Amino acid sequence: MLEIQNISKTFNAGTVNEKQALKGLNLTLEDGDFVTVIGGNGAGKSTLLNAIAGVWLVDEGKIIIDGKDVTKLPEYKRAKFLGRVFQDPMNGTAATMGIEENLALALRRGHKRTLKQGIAGSERKLYRDILANLNLGLENRLTSKVGLLSGGQRQALTLLMATLEKPKLLLLDEHTAALDPKTAAKVLETTERVVNQDHLTTLMITHNMRDAINIGNRLIMMSDGQIIYDVSGEAKRKLKVEDLLKKFAEASGEEFANDRMMLAK
Amino acid sequence: MNFIGDLGSLFNALPGAAAQGLVWGIMAIGVYITYRILDVADLTVDGSFCTGGAVCIMIMLNNQNVWIAMFCGMLAGMAAGFFTGILHTFMGIPAILSGILTQLGLYSVNLKIMGKANQAINANKFDLLISLRFIKNVPLYKNTIFIVAVITVVLIGILYWFFGTELGCSLRATGCNGKMARAQGINTDLNRVLGLMISNGLVAFSGALLVQYQGFSDVNMGRGAIVIGLAAVIIGEAVFGRIFHNFGMRLLGVSLGSIIYYLVLQIVIWRKFDPDLLKLLSAVVVAVFLAVPTWKSRYSARVLRFLVRIGVKGGMN
Repeated sequence: MLEIQNISKTFNAGTVNEKQALKGLNLTLEDGDFVTVIGGNGAGKSTLLNAIAGVWLVDEGKIIIDGKDVTKLPEYKRAKFLGRVFQDPMNGTAATMGIEENLALALRRGHKRTLKQGIAGSERKLYRDILANLNLGLENRLTSKVGLLSGGQRQALTLLMATLEKPKLLLLDEHTAALDPKTAAKVLETTERVVNQDHLTTLMITHNMRDAINIGNRLIMMSDGQIIYDVSGEAKRKLKVEDLLKKFAEASGEEFANDRMMLAK
Repeated sequence: MNFIGDLGSLFNALPGAAAQGLVWGIMAIGVYITYRILDVADLTVDGSFCTGGAVCIMIMLNNQNVWIAMFCGMLAGMAAGFFTGILHTFMGIPAILSGILTQLGLYSVNLKIMGKANQAINANKFDLLISLRFIKNVPLYKNTIFIVAVITVVLIGILYWFFGTELGCSLRATGCNGKMARAQGINTDLNRVLGLMISNGLVAFSGALLVQYQGFSDVNMGRGAIVIGLAAVIIGEAVFGRIFHNFGMRLLGVSLGSIIYYLVLQIVIWRKFDPDLLKLLSAVVVAVFLAVPTWKSRYSARVLRFLVRIGVKGGMN
């Protein structure tokens, strides 16, 4: 489903702030893989997701989604294949537009936007049904402005928008990190439900090691722009947080010095 | 002059002010599209307003139909918006600077279109759609206020329809949250260019109406247009914001805001306010009202009322 061949990306090349964020990274995802991604600050997790999404073009390497080489495609064209949820709940939705307007924008991802009405009347039933599944009471607030919703509600809505038009690949960039624990758990539960229901191939960055172990069928650990640990199936199910910490120290030659990760164990 | 006669002169001037307000209101709607929908302060308007007027007047002087002339004026404005859009997106120049660059370039273009700094058109010799002479003692269908009001309503109707379409919605999303828009497969660069073209098309169309109204075009006629446009947007929102929620009604509020602006201006002139200081007054009033959202988040309601009062008073004195 996803094939990443030897991609590299350097920011601020030739300046004192030069940072090689990805160093010849390779990754292949099978159809239906649910991969959790962990790693310290600056390991290149978000950079990897941004590279796939096409926020900027990579310096070297190839990115192939569903057999199509997207390496040179701009962000808005790659969106056809991708569903994305960001860390900041403000980023995934248009605050000044209504809930149904946001969903209607998402339903047209990958399609040409014409001079037809922005929301066909028949869509509203679909929106009401999928919103009802969230159990957040949003199904009766179709025309409410998204700016009035809480962070958790917005993040759940973004998740719906990312999966409304079934994506080839779902990219979740610490999408529960900005939420309180209870809301985070609920959004995570919704994530698992949606992913399993549609058999979506998913890459999920998380800073919570327990989530990383419990969710999905495969786990990768990143450090310094590379994948340093890749585990799946039975081996992943048997993992413990302590194993991950040890693995990190082994592979990178340093302690896992990330406060959030330590607290999360 | 006694006070009653004085008041009479004010009332005589009000219909003209309202007509002018309506004409500038179309420009203000163009400003609303960039400022409120695209979230860009587009300074192109100071130049494209004159471009629309200049193109219109030159085509009319060549004995073409007034509607063709206005349409060409509008196209010229859209071209100006296109250039600003290219500077902003393809060349990556900040929006505000892109607008300034286009505006500066347009000054030369406008001079070349007119051949000199201004051009006059005589309402007796040419078949103008509107004129300051068609305000009183003319049948309704020839009345300038009526005609511009109808044009405004038709334009608002078209814009209301457009911003409800798939493309129009994607344009609103672009202005609201570019990151989200791109993640949903929207070409935000293209939309920015498109929005700037629509906006400047409206601005130029308004300029094409104004040259007919006043009977001449002038290379400086667009100076400060952005401030008048912003003033109309802000007045419209302040006065009608609580009652007009629908998008179409908000655009109507902008047009009404522009009328209020010109009526107030007329009263200020009638009160013998030094006309040299009018632009300074406009700038101060707009600056104060643009500051209100920031002040609101920073100071208590009581301090806010005080700040606005001294700000506006400072402008008046």
